[in-house]
Parts: sequence; C-alpha cells; structure tokens
Amino acid sequence: MSTRMFGAPVQRSEDARLVAGRGAFLDDLGAAACAAAFVRSPHARARIRDIDAADAVGVEGLIAVYTYEDLSGPMAEPLPLLIPHPSILDSRTPYALAREYVHHVGEAVAMVIAEDRYAAEDAAARIRVDYEVGEAVVGIDAAVAAERTVHEGMADNVAAHLVQEVGDARAAVDAAPNSLELDLDVERSAGTPLEGRGVYARWEPASSSTGSDDGRLRVYSSTQTATGVRAAVAAKLELALGQVEVVVPDVGGGFGVKIVHPWPEEVMVPWAARRLGREVKWTEDRREHFVAAAHERAQRQRVRVGFDDSGRMLGLDVDLLHDNGAYLPYGVIVPIVTSTQLLGPYKPGAYRVEFRSLYTSTVIVTPYRGAGRPQGVFAMERTMDAIADHLGLDRLQVRAANVIRPDEMPYDQGLLFQDGRPLIYDSGDYPRMLEMIAELVDWPGFAEYRDRAHREGRRVGIGVACYVEGTGPGPYEGGHVQVETSGKVRVATGLTSQGQGHGTVLAQIVADELDVPLSDVEVTTGDTRRMGYSVGTFASRGAVTSGSAVALAARRLKDKALRIAADALEADAGDLEFADGRIQVTGSPVHSIDLSTVAVLSNPLRYAFDSASAAATQFSGSADYDRPPVAEGEAPGLEGTDYHSPLRCTFANGAHAAIVETDPDTAEIRILRYCVVHDCGNLINPRIVEGQVQGGVAQGVAGALYERMAYDSDGQLLNASLMDFLMPYASEIPSVEIAHMQTPSPLNPLGVKGAGEAGVIPASAALAAAVEDAEGFRVDRMPISPSELFELRRRHAAGGVPSVPARPSPASAPSGAAADAPAPSSPPPAGAAPPEGPDPSEPPVPSAREPR
Amino acid sequence: MTEEQHDIRLRVNGIPHTARVPARRLLSDCLRHDLGLTGTHVGCEHGVCGACTVLVDGRPVRSCLMLAVSAAQHDDITTVEGLAAPDGTPHPAQQAFGECHALQCGFCTPGFLTLVAAYVRDNPAPDEEDAREAVTGNLCRCTGYQNIVNAVLRTAEITREQDGGAGVPHARPSAEHDGAAGDATAAAPRTEGGRP
Ligand code: FES
Ligand code: FES
Repeated sequence: MSTRMFGAPVQRSEDARLVAGRGAFLDDLGAAACAAAFVRSPHARARIRDIDAADAVGVEGLIAVYTYEDLSGPMAEPLPLLIPHPSILDSRTPYALAREYVHHVGEAVAMVIAEDRYAAEDAAARIRVDYEVGEAVVGIDAAVAAERTVHEGMADNVAAHLVQEVGDARAAVDAAPNSLELDLDVERSAGTPLEGRGVYARWEPASSSTGSDDGRLRVYSSTQTATGVRAAVAAKLELALGQVEVVVPDVGGGFGVKIVHPWPEEVMVPWAARRLGREVKWTEDRREHFVAAAHERAQRQRVRVGFDDSGRMLGLDVDLLHDNGAYLPYGVIVPIVTSTQLLGPYKPGAYRVEFRSLYTSTVIVTPYRGAGRPQGVFAMERTMDAIADHLGLDRLQVRAANVIRPDEMPYDQGLLFQDGRPLIYDSGDYPRMLEMIAELVDWPGFAEYRDRAHREGRRVGIGVACYVEGTGPGPYEGGHVQVETSGKVRVATGLTSQGQGHGTVLAQIVADELDVPLSDVEVTTGDTRRMGYSVGTFASRGAVTSGSAVALAARRLKDKALRIAADALEADAGDLEFADGRIQVTGSPVHSIDLSTVAVLSNPLRYAFDSASAAATQFSGSADYDRPPVAEGEAPGLEGTDYHSPLRCTFANGAHAAIVETDPDTAEIRILRYCVVHDCGNLINPRIVEGQVQGGVAQGVAGALYERMAYDSDGQLLNASLMDFLMPYASEIPSVEIAHMQTPSPLNPLGVKGAGEAGVIPASAALAAAVEDAEGFRVDRMPISPSELFELRRRHAAGGVPSVPARPSPASAPSGAAADAPAPSSPPPAGAAPPEGPDPSEPPVPSAREPR
Repeated sequence: MTEEQHDIRLRVNGIPHTARVPARRLLSDCLRHDLGLTGTHVGCEHGVCGACTVLVDGRPVRSCLMLAVSAAQHDDITTVEGLAAPDGTPHPAQQAFGECHALQCGFCTPGFLTLVAAYVRDNPAPDEEDAREAVTGNLCRCTGYQNIVNAVLRTAEITREQDGGAGVPHARPSAEHDGAAGDATAAAPRTEGGRP
C-alpha cells in the first residue's frame, strides 16, 4: 500500500500553474472577444423617462447599444427568484436591463458592445439617460417606517416574514427566574473577492453535433455554479440544455457572491454573443463590484432570554430585522440561516424566532461566507456574556451549562434548516471544545495577565464565541472517475473551485481509494461538459458532497476493475486487492495486473493508436467466442460515476477566543492573540483546512473592525473603492493559533464536515466580547472602529452605555481544563500544533503578535 | 473620433515587444491584452490592491497606475511570467509560495511574487516583522496573510540555500535596483479609517 493521502498535509497540485502566471481567469480568456460595458443608474430610486444613445454613435469601435426595449420573451421577464420560500410575501427580482424603474445605484440600464473595453466605456459615458429621480429607502429604520416603499405597488417594504417556534418561548421567558433583553446591530459588509465577476460567451453555428439547426452556446463565467448558470441561461435564451455549455475557469475568489445566478450581465453577454454572432466578454471593474454585485450582514436583532440561576437558558425569543437590499433573487436563505444557526452549540429551552426581511434601495443582499451565521452567533454569544454578567458567573461556565452533550447526539433542534430539512446536529463534542479553547487561550490565566497589563497602564480584554455550522447541504453532487490506458486517473465533479484546493483534496480521496500515486490523479471542476449534474459551491459543501461523490464513484470503478481483473487473472474477485496502481491476488504481488492494463481490457477496440490500444484490438489475445467483446451489462471504459445525496447537513463546530488591547487615549484596537478550536470532522488535508480557517478569520476580523458599506441617505455608496472600503492588509490581520478536533460525521462515507466558512463566523462576536471586556462596558454593535469606541467611551462616561461588571476570575476552565495552560505569551500547547507536526519548511509561528 | 496611437517598444522578461497604443493605455492592459501576458492581474485599477505589481527596472510598480507609453521610457519590465530561470526552474518565491500554502485562489499571487522577488533580493535576511511589513502594500482576500509572511521568510531561506550561504542576494529578476524597492507599493494611497 502506498502512504495514505487522506489526512496528509500535501502541497496543492494547483499551485505550480498559478505561481508561474499560467492561471486562466475569466479576463485572461477571449483575447479576440469584443467588450461589453454597462450604463448603470446613478440614482437609488428613479423612473427612466428616456435613453438617448445618439452621442455614442460616433465612438470608434462601437458595435451595439442595447436597452430593455431590445429584449423579448423570457429575456424581457424579471430574473428568477432562485430559491422560493413560503415566507416570501412579495418577491421582486431585477430585469436583465432596467425596465422603467431603477431601484439601486449601479443597476444596469443599458449595455454597450464595442471592439474593446476603452471604446465600450467611452460610448457608455455618452449615453444620456433621463431620470425622474425618486426618494430612496436606506437602512432598516427607513424600511420599517415605510414612509415610502422601495417598490411600486407595495404597501410596505416587507419582502418576507417568518416565525419558527419550538415550545412557548415567550411564556418561558416570562416565567423564568431571570430574564434579559438585548438590542443588537450588525452592519453591511461584502465578500469582495479580488477578482470581480466576469462573463465571456461565444455562439457556435449549427452542425450535426449541436443537435438542432440552431447553434450552440459556450459560456465562461466567474461563478460558483456552472450547472446553475447553464440552466438559467438556457431558460432565458430559450435554448435546450444541451445547447449550452458552461465552463468555469480559474476563479479569483467567490466567498458567496458568485453563487448568485444568473446575474443580469450573465444573461446579457450570451444574449449579445448570439445576436451578434461575435464573441463577447464583460469583466467587472472594482466600482461595479461594489454597486452591482451583492452585500450581506446588515441586521437588527432584539433578543429576550429567560434563564435559571446557573445560567441555563429556559426560553429564547428573538426578533430579526434583515436588510435584503433592492431585490430578492436568492430568496431568504440568509435570515433563515441566522434564525436557525443562532442556536449554536446550545439548548435554548423554548425558542421563538421571527424575522422580517426588508427591501431597501441598496445593492442586493445574498450569502457572503458565513451567510447569516456571523449575525446569529453575534446574537447568541452576546446573550451568553450578558447572562454571565447578570449572574456574576464566568462566561465559559455559562456556556458549559448550556451546551448539548455528546451523548445527546444526534440532537434535534426542532426547526427546519435552510435546505428545507430538519435541523438535527449529527455529531460534535461541545464540552471538549470549550475545554480546548480555554486551554489554548489560557482562559484561567488571563486574570493575572490582565492585572499585569493594568499595572503597566494597558487595557486588555478577552472574549470567546462558539458556533455550530450546518455544512454540506444537498441535494447532491456527482463524481466521475476514469482510469485511462496510460494509468492516469481523471476525476470530474460539477461544482466549482475558487481557491479551496478541490483539485488537491479530491485527488487525495481518489488516490487512496484506488491506491495510485497522487500525481497520477487529475481533477476537473466546474465544466458542464464533464459533469452535467451538479449544484454548486456554497455552504461549505465541496468536501462533503463532491468528496463523498468521487469516493463513491471510485468504488464503482473498483468493482468494475475487479470483475475485469478477476477474468484476466482467472481469480475470484473476492481474492483481489488494489495495491500501488495494480490489482493483485491478496498478498501475492506476482499475480497482478496493472490498472492501466485493466483500462485497456475494459475497452475492446477495432483500431490501434499506440501499444496500449493495440493490446485491446480484435486480433490481440485470446477471445471468448461465446461472449460479446463487451460483456452483457457492462459498458466500455474503466470508469465509475456516482452521486452523494446527503440525508441532512453535517454540523461542524468551533470556538474562537481573542485577546485585544485597546489604547486608552486613541481607542485603537489591537488583536494580541487569536485562537481557534475547530472541528470539521475528519481532515482530508490539514494544510488546506488551516488555510481556510486563517482566511476566514481574516474576513471575520475585517468585518469586525474595518469594513462596512457607507451608504448615505440617498442610497449612494460613499466608499465604493478599495481606497475607502478598508479591506485589511497583512498589517491588520493577526496570526491565528489553531487546534483541531476531529469528530467524524456519520452522514457521509468520509466522515467529513465542511470547513470553508467557519473561520469568519464567530469573529465579530469574539472581538466584541474582547473589546467589551477590555473597556468594561457593553458592546452591542459591530463593526467597531476606533472612533466608534471613542464615542462609546464618551457615552459610557455620561451614563448612556451600561457597564459590565468586573469579570470573576475562574479558578479553572469549564469542566476542569488543564491548569498548566500557558500564559498568553508562551507557545501554544501541544494540542494546538498542526497535526502534521512541525513543518521544517515553515518558520515557527509565534503564539502572540506582540505590540510593535 | 479617432484616437492618436503611439508605437512603443517594451522589453518584457528580456524579450523586446512592440505595441501600438493610445496614450491612455494602462501598462496593465498593454501587458495583458496587447502582449498576451495575462499573468499580471487587475484587482482594482486604482492602485490599492497590488495584484498588478510588476518590476520596472527591478522596482515593484503598480502597472495599473503606469501608462504603457511611460513604461516604454524604461529599460526593462519583469512580470510573473519572467520570474523563473530560463531553464524553467521556479524562482525561490514561486517555490516558497507553494510550499507555504501562501495562495488559495491565486489571483493576488503574481503581484505578491514580483514584490517578494524584489524585496528578498534587496533584503536577504528578513525577520518575521520585516516580512510582514514587506507585503503590507498588497491585498489578499483568501489567505489571511500568515502563510504569505511565511513564504517571504522561506523565499529568503531558499535564496540563501541556492547561493550556497555565500551571502550573495539572489540576482534575478533584475540586476538594476536602487535599494528602494518596495517603496513604490508601500505608498498605496488610502483614506484613513482610524486603522491601528
Ligand atoms: S489593479 Fe493595480 S493596484 Fe489594484
Ligand atoms: S489567494 Fe485569493 S486573493 Fe490572495
């Protein structure tokens, strides 16, 4: 047997190409394509009186200008509501090009096609649009007040309304010996991948291979779903599915925004390519990405909680107001996720959650990494801290009193999750998670550290936040595995990659299944020509769904290979095993056949092309004249296809702890340590998982301390550039100390859970708690900037912000965590070391980023 | 409307190129779309992200902030495609980024690689704080930077190994430099948001 690849921190196979500058991202393709540019609304609310393109006509290189008037059939209908849900009261989705009204700044009004992008933008700048400007609705307050509505023909701005309840939560809160009420607020941010969106399409004239006397469309898109774009474009352009191929090239980050489909541009570009018979490409620029893609996060929350004297929740009653922007193309996934994932690792007693999803005159809101969970965790974890403060208990102790125990798994929360299936946690060890985070950050030792810091005139604080994340939802993903006569193994899955290293981890899985070298396995993602059945990359589902699917597909291939090998070796299939690229009689390498030879035998040939195929031709070897060349019930080729359709989500979990220092004068906030305990089930590639965690934490820190969408009351986004939207550099992001737990999921053949989003989820909650702890007053609104902290201090001094009591110093961590845990400046404990052990190629990571 | 065109000569990765461009053509667009060198990426087009960083006469420059006609005044441009040795051996930075898992989507990577190549050439023995400082002008949305910082240190280490500990800094990508490399990228304009 070769070394097991599953669990090994192998280097990514994607990297050699990417570091050489040989990546192929959307804008790297289509050198000969003409360019599209869009005229976008400068107003958040307006009626279009007239569009005049006369001035654009003289622009050299102009090919065409299109407006809504040019569209017909399904193209003239609104874009689809992708995920319908009974809670949606009035679903509004945009048109491919605005029809009469615009509802946010940045909405596409006209499309220009020209020989190159410079000419297209010149022409776009000369198109005069006459707007009758209306008044915008910006922010949750204005949306609730409904003095005016975002959309014509609506009485208010409520897009959706949903109540979920388990038990009588309001009565439970009222009857509880203790109760609290919290008002919380989270602002807008956005995934903001470094590569924006982009679409490139070409129309191929009809031939016998296109299957109709219409042609065939090839679309390249920087998307998180190839099959979704294919189906959506086919529906809009009234093409058969078989006439549309979607290929997803290298994608420069997605973080959720690229799961939305079809974007207006994603149908307009193929439409124009077909209409013009020319290749057309559109590459989004940075400002467009800010005003015409998608944002997330903005929510207002009211929490009422009732609890006993040990801090155990008896009832939890939550009201959410969710800003969904101008349209609702992705349905209500985000507020549903908040409503359900808010519960985290805890038992709430009776639970009631009600949300209203509200239209505002701003960019649409769709899932951004974490997808509603950061807000839910913020609500729950702020509540946990408030309970602890109310009772004078340690914050981890209160959490320990509320977590679900391992012997209660699987645990049914009694709600319906975002995939329409029951919210039943599959596995997890939450008490151990609390112990581990206490050890890793040295929770018990912090009081002493704080005292020392105080004596030096420094303010420091510690915060913790836990989460449970439903990952790997269905309906399914597929895998196709094929062994070629060269012995190379080709794997395909339909979902797409945006940097998660699917090419590496899926190869690891297949290499193990077939016992072949990793370097012999090649993986294709996101190409409808290779795998037509797929859903897409979102909700941390790649490893769970596609990982399981390729494992199952490889197993099918193995069954077939065993049948062929048994014939060739004249042995019983049950006596055979896979070993180092061969099939051999168990324990007897001399009686073996190469997998490549099995591939040759699997596909009887008439023609010889090389020595391998010559061995499979009609006159080679001994034929059995009583059987057809391909046995009955078999198909030619050594390949297998299978699908993984999970019963429910797998539930990953973790806890983050942050230590911050706040400057007594300037109110600057600096992260001294950031610790993560992370359980995503069995680890396929710890290096990649840690990369996902580090990147997620960076986005979490960004959302907690730096990033926001600064809309003015007219609906203008004031910081629509990377100069003004403070995406952190290396100077702002702490190094992250990670400790892994591996609680396998019983719901898939690999025992894995998703890992892509986890890092971002509890960051705002943990940092709010740490800042609160440093400052001694309640923090109930994120993000928080130094000027906001300064303002909070002022208001606190004036009595406007409640104090938090001095926190008790815990004698030990919950359930007796190690007493010898390190001080914040000492190296992390053994449990925190990456499981691959020290990597000699990497310098040691310090446990704290000490102030410079 | 006809725009005036300029015939320019650019020496990129040691190879002379000619292009016919309007005065407003950005160097980034010229490299990518006129010369087909698509390894240089564009993440913002306003000088903040650093994805478009190339070396102009050995110094890191944001190619979205330089016009192609101005670039033609310089002797030599190095893009990510030109970092490897002529025999195809990856540059130490390219090797280090792979080893340290310093890239995920890889979109920011060419800008970091050119930056780090010049930085390590001029600073052969950085410590971790130096390494972090060195890459603080470029944005990466995927990695959280720690592995990029590690990769800077590893680049220096590989370079020293290759030079046999002789203390001679790695000579590629350009022998011409004035020791101020890095300044051009570190000076990205920002509005102040009260960042620490
Ligand atoms: S594209 Fe040049 S700095 Fe961002
Ligand atoms: S690796 Fe994706 S932006 Fe850096």
